[in-house]
Amino acid sequence: MYTQALNTAETDDRGLEDAGKAAQFQARIDAEERIEPNDWMLAAYRKTLTRQISQHAHSEIVGMLPEGNWITRAPTLRRKAALLAKVQDECGHGLYLYAAAETLGTSREELIDAMLAGKAKYSSIFNYPTLTWADIGTIGWLVDGAAIMNQIPLCRCSYGPYARAMIRVCKEESFHQRQGYEIMVTLCRGSDEQKAMAQDALNRWWWPVLMMFGPPDATSQHSDTSTKWKIKRFSNDELRQKFVDATVPQAHYLGLTIPDPGMTQDAEGHWRYSEIDWAEFKHVLAGNGPCNRDRMAARRKAHEEGAWVREAAAAYAAKRARRPTAQAAE
Amino acid sequence: MATPNTPLWEVFIRSRNGLAHKHVGSLHASDATMALQAARDIYTRRGEGLSIWVVPSSAITASDPAEKGMMFEPAESKIYRHPTFYEVPEDVGHM
Repeated sequence: MYTQALNTAETDDRGLEDAGKAAQFQARIDAEERIEPNDWMLAAYRKTLTRQISQHAHSEIVGMLPEGNWITRAPTLRRKAALLAKVQDECGHGLYLYAAAETLGTSREELIDAMLAGKAKYSSIFNYPTLTWADIGTIGWLVDGAAIMNQIPLCRCSYGPYARAMIRVCKEESFHQRQGYEIMVTLCRGSDEQKAMAQDALNRWWWPVLMMFGPPDATSQHSDTSTKWKIKRFSNDELRQKFVDATVPQAHYLGLTIPDPGMTQDAEGHWRYSEIDWAEFKHVLAGNGPCNRDRMAARRKAHEEGAWVREAAAAYAAKRARRPTAQAAE
Repeated sequence: MATPNTPLWEVFIRSRNGLAHKHVGSLHASDATMALQAARDIYTRRGEGLSIWVVPSSAITASDPAEKGMMFEPAESKIYRHPTFYEVPEDVGHM
């Protein structure tokens, strides 16, 4: 999902830690207790969560770019106001998540620097371009829909600050999906050209969205410990199937065709999708998707161009701090 | 000159009159005025509150979770502090 680059195993350094404390830690997790920032935790648990939460935060921030692309060209004022609010929400989600990641002991500045240096990942989905207005509808409907599927179980994640951030995020995310689907409904009830535009967007986003759930269970090396630590409650394939089952009827309602001729419905009602092209996923994750370079360049530019604001705010605060009496007299 | 890391603030929001301010999260801001404005933008986009407090995170002194046993033991062992410890004859009715 937003943290799909986590499919590499952590080095196991538990041998170096107090075995008694480690057992107590696992017992707390098994008893569904929440782990809080100052609690003792395994170094690998801290490291995994720092990576996961910061990747999730980076994804929210980079995710503002493909949609921000359409704010000035939204077809009506109503759509523009909604899209602006949605993009602002994504920024807020990034900030909740950076704050949650920081409770594990790495500063936001360090986390952001790692992303700008290309050392930290963000979700591969944001490396695809938004070519038409229908892409904005499709992102809300499918990308946010997939995100909700992944984030609802994270509200029960064993790490308290992450779980609490996800609760806030999930509440807001539901508006995002509905606004996206509403755009799709409008296009599909419109002219033939508008409907074709909606179908074209679905064709381009369908497979990348399925890839958001991460590699198939058989090849995901990271899931075992994450499941044991109750960071992850469902496997990649389980969540992907849930998403497909929820989405196919929504596409049918729109009169759109899922771009998977091999898709069939099994006896239990599950929609079975064809093989996913994991080579494309790896290609995009490695930095070679259609927009990877653009996204990084846009983030670096924004960071550099904001430097004077951070400096000015820090200088102003320092100046005020040196004048305690003047401040008290106000 | 390198810009120092922006200080961290804890945000508390009173959701309705009559309720206490409740911790909702944290944010970074260089001073209290900016912290309040950022808290408004980050935590009250949907009418979540009527009043905001921001407190520098560094000003909070927290108890040590590792010592919670010792810290809270005095309350655990004093069951006579609870109303159910006392027996009142049933004929007396609700008290």
